[in-house]
Amino acid sequence: MTINRRTILKSGLTAAMLPLLSSVAFAQDEPLKVGFIYIGTINDNGWNYAHNQGRLYLEEQLGDAVETTYVENVPEGPDAERVLRELAQSGHDLIFATSFGYGDYVLKVAQQFPDVKFEHATGYQRADNVATYNARFHEGRAVAGTVAGHMSETGKGGYIGSFPIPEVVMGVNAFTLAARKVNPDFTMTPVYISTWNDPAKEADAARAMIDQGIDVITQHTDGPAALQVAEERGIVGGFGQGADMSAFAPQAQLTSIIDNWGPHYVNAAQAVIDGTWESKDSWPGLKEGEVQIGPYGPKVPEDVKAAAEAVKEGQIDGTFNIFTGPINDHTGAERVPAGVTLTDAELLSMDWYVEGVNPPS
Amino acid sequence: MTTELIIAVIITVVGASTPILIAALGELVVERAGVLNLGVEGMMLVGAITGFVIVFTTGNHYLAIALAAAAGVATSLIFGFLTLSLSANQTATGLALTIFGTGFSALAGQGFSARPVTLLGPLFPGLAGDPVWRVIFGYSALVYFALFMVLAIWWFLKKTRAGLILRAVGENDLSAHSIGYSVIGVRYMAVMFGGAMAGIAGACFPLLLTPQWADGMTAGRGWIAVALVVFASWRPLRLLVGAYLFGLVMTTELYAKAGGGPLSAIPSELWAALPYLATIVVLVLISIRRDASTNAPACLGKPFVPSN
Amino acid sequence: MQFRLERRPEPSRVMIYATPVAAVLLTMVVGAVLFSLIGFDGLGAVREIFLTPLTNSFKWQDLGVKAAPLIIIGVGLSISYRANVWNIGAEGQYIVGGLAATWVALATYGMTGWWILPAMLVAGVAGGAAYAAIPALLKTRLGVNEILTSLMLTYASVQLIYYLVRAPWKDPMGMGFPQTRIFSEAARLPTIIPTTIVHLGVPIAIVVALVAWFIMSRSVFGYRMRVVGAAPHAARYGGFSENKTIWLALLVSGGLAGMAGMLEVAGPFQRMVPGFPTGYGFTAIIVAFLGRLNPLGVIFAGIVMAITFVGGEVAQTTIGLSSSAAGVFQAMMLFFLLAGDLLVRYRIKRVQPQTAGVTP
Repeated sequence: MTINRRTILKSGLTAAMLPLLSSVAFAQDEPLKVGFIYIGTINDNGWNYAHNQGRLYLEEQLGDAVETTYVENVPEGPDAERVLRELAQSGHDLIFATSFGYGDYVLKVAQQFPDVKFEHATGYQRADNVATYNARFHEGRAVAGTVAGHMSETGKGGYIGSFPIPEVVMGVNAFTLAARKVNPDFTMTPVYISTWNDPAKEADAARAMIDQGIDVITQHTDGPAALQVAEERGIVGGFGQGADMSAFAPQAQLTSIIDNWGPHYVNAAQAVIDGTWESKDSWPGLKEGEVQIGPYGPKVPEDVKAAAEAVKEGQIDGTFNIFTGPINDHTGAERVPAGVTLTDAELLSMDWYVEGVNPPS
Repeated sequence: MTTELIIAVIITVVGASTPILIAALGELVVERAGVLNLGVEGMMLVGAITGFVIVFTTGNHYLAIALAAAAGVATSLIFGFLTLSLSANQTATGLALTIFGTGFSALAGQGFSARPVTLLGPLFPGLAGDPVWRVIFGYSALVYFALFMVLAIWWFLKKTRAGLILRAVGENDLSAHSIGYSVIGVRYMAVMFGGAMAGIAGACFPLLLTPQWADGMTAGRGWIAVALVVFASWRPLRLLVGAYLFGLVMTTELYAKAGGGPLSAIPSELWAALPYLATIVVLVLISIRRDASTNAPACLGKPFVPSN
Repeated sequence: MQFRLERRPEPSRVMIYATPVAAVLLTMVVGAVLFSLIGFDGLGAVREIFLTPLTNSFKWQDLGVKAAPLIIIGVGLSISYRANVWNIGAEGQYIVGGLAATWVALATYGMTGWWILPAMLVAGVAGGAAYAAIPALLKTRLGVNEILTSLMLTYASVQLIYYLVRAPWKDPMGMGFPQTRIFSEAARLPTIIPTTIVHLGVPIAIVVALVAWFIMSRSVFGYRMRVVGAAPHAARYGGFSENKTIWLALLVSGGLAGMAGMLEVAGPFQRMVPGFPTGYGFTAIIVAFLGRLNPLGVIFAGIVMAITFVGGEVAQTTIGLSSSAAGVFQAMMLFFLLAGDLLVRYRIKRVQPQTAGVTP
């Protein structure tokens, strides 16, 4: 037993020393090693797929200057800590952790590897070598909501989400506010299905909505399941989430909100190569091209397209913000006075619904 | 609730219930032969990817269903060989089979994400459009297949000699063996049948519910099927009722949330746990009644070891 | 020439030890060939999955941390399975143990004191044992199959976590994300080797396995469990109560699963999250078999399984092997292992063709 304990102890010491060794051994002209960890597989047709597209874009843009690695199916828990350490130890200089639940572990591992840069998607905790990044998806939701407000015949929209986290609540609210600017009677029903990966349940949620008079559906669960149901049932339509999904629903997809992580990955990697990387929170949106609006579907008339484009352009040039008051909450009480715009911090902790949303109990 | 909404709910419930009904019918036959195969989820995923790939490449839905069944059989043979020929522990082998099916289907499905296919259309397109008749005639062949198999399996177990032998093998393998039946042979047939049904049940996901491939897309329905067999106390007709009941539970939650109303206040976690809790309650009720006809097959999960 | 199987009068001691090793080796060979045939780097995959975690000293701490819960749960299950009690709901007992410990941690939030961790441990063990008491009660009172009840309870417990972290236990400062707050210092398991992640749970796992081995092989309790498992009728004549054994088997295996749940939530997780159920309870079933239902064997089996998990991730980073391929490797190893079980109980005999007809 004593021998065993001593060897374990020794291995622990070597483990502690190796990061120093590896950073010394790292030569300047070698490619920058960039690691990604994904919560699901890259074939989920959604969130992880989009991040992986961003990784491929990074490889394409920076060519030999970078070398990328990814680890998929990493649960949000101690396994993530191990994988992060594995990436840091194997000489990765920049690591993207692409799910909220990795946050605790990113901070822990970052402390042990001060020379490695970490970027945590959708997170809020930063350190000297930990940055956070996200995309202003709600800007895209505002464009989609405008289209929905014009086109919905029943004036009822549905929103399929996984969990009511602030990002999803923000999306529900932005969509509803935009739709009600067009049609003041528009109502929105969010349905949370408590899972990120159950396409059959998403499809059934869409059916439940359509059967009860909802004719515009949007979803935060990333897959095309809800859109396919919209296509099959021939309702007014829905919106692609994460990527252009017109292949799944050529008629029903009114437009799509595209997650375009690629430019951020290129910028971050370039900053590390140039030595200009710093820890910050980047939250770009339509303006920076991180959120894009895909082509409009064949059903969308020209005037609706024009109205949607105006909302998009307004957000790009800064003349329009969907979260500028007056905004009432779902009980009708004023929440944001006229002329006041919600701050980023207020958005990131949003846990209330705007007027017109039927809040889930 | 309007008639129209009731019809719509029924149609959604039938769709959600069909894969668990088909998978559970297969598992019912397997368990009646005295074998507990916990690899249903894994076999379903193998069936799902096979069905998807075939319909994607050939566009032929019926070929896809047939080959999904074949893939299910092939997967089940791994289980059969280990547990029947080599008398390995059934619980552990079933779990390993699920690990295998999950990994294999994801491996085979690489490159098939973001590719749409089409659903299998209704069997009677002429009647499917009618607002009322569609509740009976509006479904695809998979739904009628499931219903047909309920009757076929009920008839097989109750009325045929082969069914009698199968039940004998599950109730008392040693006596079945001693009067000359091949216990292992019968169980192989049952396990393969279970594999075929699980494969078809898996194919329901891309062909009946959501025409795409996503890793792990059966999302635990295989385990619900296992629960369902117990819930139905190993009886095919009760299985039919149970499957639609489980389907109703799974979809009522969504209808309640989308439409509002008092039911929407029930936490979604309770809805999700309900099939399992109900199954435990049924197990308890069966035991309290001590009705011999509703007991688990006596040899369930025990390897057959002929004394020699 | 034909072969037939002949039952060994006694399980082969050689085969008990040889087959797990053979299963691992066979997986490496067959895996390398198969994966090369379908266009992967088969040799690389085997090297990264099975060897790198052992040769790279960095990885040892990961192996220890990953193996610890598998060993603790696997030991409990092997005791239960020895007694012929088929608890397959260890995942649920692990979850309820973790939740009970979380409850203590949240109730004592902000407090300090040496007693908090022991209180969490007691709560964890009690939670796991209590959850296993349900199948025990149903089995002994009503004869309900424990395989089915313990499995169903597992799925119900997963939903319990989701509910608790989404509503009553949600971190008030957590931006609305479904998780509890981080436990305070006194409710976190200390690491025992500085600069590593090796926490107190790792030595506890080894101690649990050694104690269990001693009890099972040297005490009346262990003897009784084995007798009841091997020959329930004989046991009844010997005055051993079958019901008592069922209770003991489920309480011990459930309590140990709950202990593992407490060690995981207080150690690596340090808060309760929806991702807490990572399948340890199911994997431990396989670990128990791989370890031949022997607590000492379970230690090695737990390490082997940990190697394939850790190695699977190494293979993703180094040679880009997908996680699904690593899953197939793991399944293949289990299949070979389960197949190898046969050789423990049977020997293969060559027989003359004319006698082949009577082979059952």
